[in-house]
Amino acid sequence: MELIWNSLPRLFDGALLTIEITAVSVALGLLAAVPLALLRLSHNPFLRLPVYAYIFYFRGTPFIVQLFLIYYGSGQFRDTLESAGLWIFFREAYFCAILALTLNTAAYTAEIFRGAIQGVPFGEIEAARACGMSRGLLYRRIILPKALRLALPAYSNEVVFLLQTTSIVSIIALLDLTGVARVIIARSFEPYKLFLAAAVIYLVMTYGVLYVFKKVEFWLSGHLRERPDDSVKAVVVR
Amino acid sequence: MLRKIFATTIAALAIALIAGTASAEMKKVRIGTEGAYPPFNYIDSDGKLQGFDVDIANALCAAAKLDCEFVVQDWDGMIPGLLAKKYDAIIASMSITEERKQKVDFTAKYYSTPAKFVTKAGANIEITKAGLKGKTVAVQRATIHENFLQDNFGEVIEIRSYATQDEANADLAAGRVDLVLADSVALDEGFLKTDAGKGFAFTGPGFTDRKWFGDGAGIAIRKGEDELRKALNGAIEQIRADGTYKNINSKYFEFDVYGG
Repeated sequence: MELIWNSLPRLFDGALLTIEITAVSVALGLLAAVPLALLRLSHNPFLRLPVYAYIFYFRGTPFIVQLFLIYYGSGQFRDTLESAGLWIFFREAYFCAILALTLNTAAYTAEIFRGAIQGVPFGEIEAARACGMSRGLLYRRIILPKALRLALPAYSNEVVFLLQTTSIVSIIALLDLTGVARVIIARSFEPYKLFLAAAVIYLVMTYGVLYVFKKVEFWLSGHLRERPDDSVKAVVVR
Repeated sequence: MLRKIFATTIAALAIALIAGTASAEMKKVRIGTEGAYPPFNYIDSDGKLQGFDVDIANALCAAAKLDCEFVVQDWDGMIPGLLAKKYDAIIASMSITEERKQKVDFTAKYYSTPAKFVTKAGANIEITKAGLKGKTVAVQRATIHENFLQDNFGEVIEIRSYATQDEANADLAAGRVDLVLADSVALDEGFLKTDAGKGFAFTGPGFTDRKWFGDGAGIAIRKGEDELRKALNGAIEQIRADGTYKNINSKYFEFDVYGG
C-alpha cells in the first residue's frame, strides 16, 4: 500500500502523458478521418482505392507492428530522412507514437464515418435535393451532421480503444502510465500492485471519456427529446 | 469414435505417468532465461536458445544431475515470473545485488564482468555529472545499469529504458540517444563487433561498484529453496574444477569472464 501511495505522483505524471497523446491523436485522427471517409466513398477509383488500401493496412495489422515499423523502421532510413529534413521528427519517440496512433485511429474512424454517411436515410437526401440544394450544401447541412450523430456511439468506442492502445507506446521508452508502472516494477518487483493501480487509473480515464461522449450525445439529440411543457410554465407564472 | 479417442488418451497418460515415475530420480527444474542478450543468451536463426548462459546452464544441470527445461521470459518480468513459479531458477546473466536479494536467493557467481558506456567513436563525452549533463542514455529496463544511472546521474541525464538490450543498441545506432550503458561484454559481442556497432566505441571506466553491480552474475532461485541452491553451487564448483567451464568460456570469449 505504501508503495502505491509513494508511486502515485509518478503514475499521475504517466497518466498525463497518456491523456496528452490520446487527445492529440484523437484530434488529428478526427481531422483526417472526415476527408478520408469522403474519398473512400468516391466513385473515382484513383481516389477510392489508395484510401481503401490505407484503411485496410491499418485495420489489418496490430498496432505494435505499426509502431515498431515507424519507430525502428525510420531508424534504418535515417540518411534518407535526414536529407529530407524529417529526421528531427522521427528522432523523437513522442512524434513516432503520435504519428502511429493518428494513422491508426484515422483509419478506423474513417471507416466508422463511411458507414454513418451511408446510413443517412435516402429520404432526407431526396428531400434536400428537392429543395434544390447543391452537392456541397447537401453534405454540409444534411449528410455530415446526420452522419456525425449516427457515428457517435461507435466513435466513442474507438476513442476508448485508442486510450487503451496508447499503453503500447511504453515499448519505445515513452513514460506513459504503463511505462511508469514498468519502471517502478523494475525496482520493486511488485507487478500486481503497480499494474492494479495503473488499471484503476485507466478505468477512471475511460469513465471520463465515456462521460464526455454521453454529454455530447445528449446535446446532439435535442430534437429527439420531448419539448418542455410550455403550458405548465405558463400556469406557474400566472 | 469419441470413446476410442478417450481410451487412447487415458492409455497415453498412464504410460507417461509410469515413464515419469521411472525417471523421478532426475529432478525436473525449469530454468528462466531471456533469449535476447547476446552473447550470453539469445535465440539463433533456427529458433534455438544459444549462448554462454545456456551452455553453462546445461553443464550445471548435467553436473547436478537435474532434468532441465528452458522457459523464455522478458527481462522485466524475470523475477516476478520466478516468484510466480513459472520456473525454478533464473540463469540469464542476472547480477547478485542487495535489492534483488530482498526478493530472491542467489547462488555463487558464475561470471563477473564490468559495466561500461558506449558512444559514438570520438564523441569525447566525459563520464561525470558535468560531462553527461543533458545527455540521453539508453539502458535495458529492470537492470543494475538502469538503477546505477537513476541513482548516480538521474538528475542530469534523460534515461530511456527499453525492454531488451538490442532495442537500446538500435536507438544508439539510429542516433536517438547519446550513450548506452550495459555490461561491457554484452556490448562488445552483441553490438560493437556487429555491423550495427561500426563507428561506436567504449568510453569511460569499467564500473564494478558492489552497491549497484553486486557480486557478478549468479543464479536466482526462490527464497528458502536451499536444496536447489546447494546443488547448483556444487555444480558451479564442479564445472570450474573439471574444465567444463573453461571450454565454454573459450567458445565465446578470448579472456576469462569468471573475474577475480
